[in-house]
Amino acid sequence: MSVTLYVPRDAVALGLGANKVARALFAGAERRGLDVTIVRTGSRGLTWLEPMVEVGTPEGRIAYGPVKIEDVDALLDAGLTTGGDHALRLGDPEKIPYLARQQRLTFHRCGVIDPVSVDDYRAHGGYRGLEAALKLDAEGIVAAVRESGLRGRGGAGFPAGIKWNTVMLAKGEQKYVVCNADEGDSGTFADRMMMEGDPFNLIEGMTIAGIATGATRGYIYLRSEYPQAFATLKEAIANGINAGVLGDDILGSGKKFHLEVRLGAGAYICGEETSLLESLEGKRGIVRAKPPIPALKGFLGKPTLVNNVMTFTAVPWILEHGAQAYADYGMGRSLGTLPIQLAGNVKHGGLIEMAFGITLRQVIEEFGGGTRSGRPVRAVQVGGPLGAYFPDHLLDTPLDYEAMAAQKGLVGHGGIVVFDDTVDMASQARFAFEFCATESCGKCTPCRIGATRGVETMDKVIAGIRPEANLKLVADLCEVMTDGSLCAMGGLTPMPVMSAITHFPEDFRRAGSLPAAAE
Amino acid sequence: MARHEPWSAERATGIIAEHTHLEGATLPILHALQETFGYVDQGAVPLIAEALNLSRAEVHGCVTFYHDFRAHPAGRHEVKLCRAEACQAMGSDKLHREILGRLGCGWHETTADGGATVEPVYCLGLCANGPAALVDGEPLAHLTADALEAALTEVRQ
Repeated sequence: MSVTLYVPRDAVALGLGANKVARALFAGAERRGLDVTIVRTGSRGLTWLEPMVEVGTPEGRIAYGPVKIEDVDALLDAGLTTGGDHALRLGDPEKIPYLARQQRLTFHRCGVIDPVSVDDYRAHGGYRGLEAALKLDAEGIVAAVRESGLRGRGGAGFPAGIKWNTVMLAKGEQKYVVCNADEGDSGTFADRMMMEGDPFNLIEGMTIAGIATGATRGYIYLRSEYPQAFATLKEAIANGINAGVLGDDILGSGKKFHLEVRLGAGAYICGEETSLLESLEGKRGIVRAKPPIPALKGFLGKPTLVNNVMTFTAVPWILEHGAQAYADYGMGRSLGTLPIQLAGNVKHGGLIEMAFGITLRQVIEEFGGGTRSGRPVRAVQVGGPLGAYFPDHLLDTPLDYEAMAAQKGLVGHGGIVVFDDTVDMASQARFAFEFCATESCGKCTPCRIGATRGVETMDKVIAGIRPEANLKLVADLCEVMTDGSLCAMGGLTPMPVMSAITHFPEDFRRAGSLPAAAE
Repeated sequence: MARHEPWSAERATGIIAEHTHLEGATLPILHALQETFGYVDQGAVPLIAEALNLSRAEVHGCVTFYHDFRAHPAGRHEVKLCRAEACQAMGSDKLHREILGRLGCGWHETTADGGATVEPVYCLGLCANGPAALVDGEPLAHLTADALEAALTEVRQ
């Protein structure tokens, strides 16, 4: 009987040699006369264990990791195909504490199934959400999304139900559903993992959105930095069309939904929804002034629902299990689960899906196990390049939209980047301006010019030229950018800058003893 | 081994024609042209403008707005190094100085032998396993200067 081996095809696993490991496992098994089938899966998100190889045994799956190519022969000799003992044996992957402690609603299939197989998806509960949705009318679906408390997971946290309702009620012969998969924030990779590991979850969520809002066409706008996700999505969509879960007759319901994936071209600003729509239309990714909101005038001027990958992929679970079951997770006005991405200088980084309310310290210490370098944690950036830097004394802040905002930070897309004590916060603040200068679309003055002036002024601070006066200037500039920018790019760049200055003042006055003549 | 074809207006016209039925065809066309020729030749701008009923200025604006599109042929292989925060936390700035030193070129530049062009990117989504890179689209995690050299040797074969 053939034994099934599961080897991830997720970009992290590939970056650590998963393709070579898969080839070596196949060749090694063949040499030993073992009959093996290799299934390429996504990643479970325990990234320090990648490539994590699993084997199907009568007692369930057994995991091994991190498997390097030079371990393969020893693993096969130790009886990997029957779950044999070896130093890299991790046992039942679902019992690894890092995973067992999580509340995986959105990610429960990721790393488990063959991502491009409709059959495998359905065998693991896929399309039950869409089946439930097809029994409801449009209002019923929108009501479920509203009552679940789901808020946009892209960063802004806007209630998804309100957006869906607006598009549903909008008049228009052609409406669109657009997925914002331009996951540009450093420290975030949940969208990538989902698209590489469970793309049908996204396809199902977008299909439900199409049926609820009356949109028959959908686009996934994917960043070009994700070539593996692009290939997986294209394959999944083609398989979905063949299986009748996309196209003119979704699951025999007579309802239509056509889906296409489009590549961005390396512009961070295209993660902003109006800029994304301009780009999708084939134009420069310049931010649009709102109103009109995209829900009423979006892609090609038609009513368009734009949501993030994590928003769409929460929806099938909500429809299958009910709005209340989802709302039972979380705290305050942040309901459900948040796929947290723990990254940077951390020992055990990865994907941690937990109900809102877990604190930064719990994530970093209990899951992360400290820094990879072994040095003390000094700063933690939460929510991407536009998110605040937190010092140690604020790490007990819970991950919750309102609690983070109260500390002048943001949840963003749930990325947490850990820095050890070698970090220089003045250069991090400078980088925030530099990044904004590189990526600004150029439409509004505070962002376009402010970012460049910010770099120049920060350079003076770093050089020790009148640091107090120049830091005052930076604070003033940040106020103008916050209040006067058209979108979050210019509006939030002050967040990393000011948090660095506020919480790590000593890094901005290092060269401050220089004589004034240095000017 | 040449990954790209030499520029041909005729071939470009054919590629453009394959995409004109799409809604918002400009980016798919530019990607297809760059994939075929390795860059977007100036000569493509009027062809796209004509096919999509746009002004040349609009197409030129689009080509120059996006970091991905190149106006000139690049090296045989493409190295994208992540410069974003999560990789910075793992010492990417220092590593990049070492890599660029070994390759003898700067950002957006091509090595003297034409073997590789180095581009900065801001995040590859490998943030828990940095520093990260892509070599001809293949990911590299826990990057070192030696690992990059080995990957470049491999793609050159």
